Amino acid sequence: MDYFLQQLINGVTLGSIYGLIAIGYTMVYGIIGMINFAHGDIFMIGSFIALIMIVALGITAATPLLLLIAALVLVLVIAMALTAFWGWTVERIAYRPLRGSFRLAPLITAIGASIALQNFVQISQGARNKPLQPLVQGGFQLTDGGADGSGFVVQLSYMQILIIVSTVVLMLGFTFLINHTSLGRSQRACEQDRKMAALVGVNVDRTISLTFVMGAALAAVAGLMFLMYYGVVDFFIGFVAGVKAFTAAVLGGIGSLPGAMLGGLLIGLIETFWSGYFSVEYKDVAAFSILAIVLIFMPEGLLGKPEVEKV
Amino acid sequence: MSATEPLLKVRGVETYYGKIIALKGVDLDVFEGEIVTLIGANGAGKSTLMMTVCGTPQARNGSIVYAGEDITLKPTYEIMRTGIAQSPEGRRIFPRMSVLENLMMGGMVAGNDHFEDDLKKAFDLFPRLRERKNQRGGTLSGGEQQMLAIARALMSRPRLLLLDEPSLGLAPIIVKQIFEAINELNKNDGLTVFLVEQNAYHALKLAHRGYVMVNGVITMTGTGKELLSREEVKAAYLEGGRH
Repeated sequence: MDYFLQQLINGVTLGSIYGLIAIGYTMVYGIIGMINFAHGDIFMIGSFIALIMIVALGITAATPLLLLIAALVLVLVIAMALTAFWGWTVERIAYRPLRGSFRLAPLITAIGASIALQNFVQISQGARNKPLQPLVQGGFQLTDGGADGSGFVVQLSYMQILIIVSTVVLMLGFTFLINHTSLGRSQRACEQDRKMAALVGVNVDRTISLTFVMGAALAAVAGLMFLMYYGVVDFFIGFVAGVKAFTAAVLGGIGSLPGAMLGGLLIGLIETFWSGYFSVEYKDVAAFSILAIVLIFMPEGLLGKPEVEKV
Repeated sequence: MSATEPLLKVRGVETYYGKIIALKGVDLDVFEGEIVTLIGANGAGKSTLMMTVCGTPQARNGSIVYAGEDITLKPTYEIMRTGIAQSPEGRRIFPRMSVLENLMMGGMVAGNDHFEDDLKKAFDLFPRLRERKNQRGGTLSGGEQQMLAIARALMSRPRLLLLDEPSLGLAPIIVKQIFEAINELNKNDGLTVFLVEQNAYHALKLAHRGYVMVNGVITMTGTGKELLSREEVKAAYLEGGRH
């Protein structure tokens, strides 16, 4: 039971990171119907920007707590802003000129953008792993392993709390933004009928740009969390994390916002539990198998909307 | 703008879909305070003209001047912010938004200041929408969707309302309601209406002036009464009774 609890905590943490990235995939798919394969690399760029900032500001675990919090918030804000700019640029250069052309064209440029971003970081930052000393240490011990010390010690680290809490806050804020603000309504309008959205005065191109900007900003948050949680990044992390987050978005129902969150959580849990109880080597096989099984029986994903609408 | 200058002035407009020409040089005027109707058979280019006014697709030749300003090559969203609103062909309700959200989308360009007043006005005009306020647009009946499409267009406080086939596929009693609403808006609020219709009899009775379009060109024009009494119009568009 203790072991189960520990895996649950780890799984929710990992799922939070996947969920934040998955939102970017699902929103872009919702609004322009393409898979932005460069999104994983945007996440990678977000983690690199965060790393550079942390090193430049000289933040370490020895920094006084209040200063550490302030510095991390600053890193987060700047990483979000710069990564958002990258997301905006990719859309502007690689996707917007192809709007209205055949469906496959932006998919191909997306793969191209992904390769270009990876190589850019590899060349400019070097191909080696970039380590980061843990900044947030310590945590709660939920069980002490029993009186004789033979049981399992369940730990909930401060870092895990930080990741889970920020994710929940961000997702709540984001859901509010989509459902109850003018910008969110415009985005949904573009998603449902782009031509009609223009006919009620929505600037469709700008709304699509903002979707990329928002997705990239959330990916930057995930990038910072990944960096602080695992303590190491390289130019290739975007690929694996991107594929997992994409899987999460499809599992939850691509185009659906709560679906992306649920899918991220599930992929994180499946992966962690499989690693914990069976074998670490086959954790990806487990995650993708579940995806295949779900898609056979529910082609729209868990929370996806059925294609048919009465209009 | 002088009193004789039309609110909407269409001159020599040619619109293409790829290489196929849909409008072959259309001239048309809509004056402030008028109801003008454009009638014609399926595929004549009526809806294309209405969409061309809104810049999607844009005219390849000719000019469209609205309130003294050339809008021919403006992007659609900017045109829709100058006081033109459209209730388009097929109604195009946002299917996964509630009735209220659809109206909010319509009111977006008008800002928040008058939203509650405008909402009340729209609900007074079409009380059915008030009952359906929180229902998803995609689940409304055809008539309700048409009412919603018109109400959504009105929420932007337009000076010129473009209505594309508001009677299509609706029961006669609902058509009557909708045409009465249009008439009221024109009489009470001085709203200028440009109406595209296949239901020529109703449209010509309602309109001050009418145009007849055949294969992308205007073939006849005159007051609603004149056109109703012309033999060619009767033969082509009113045969088979007045429904």
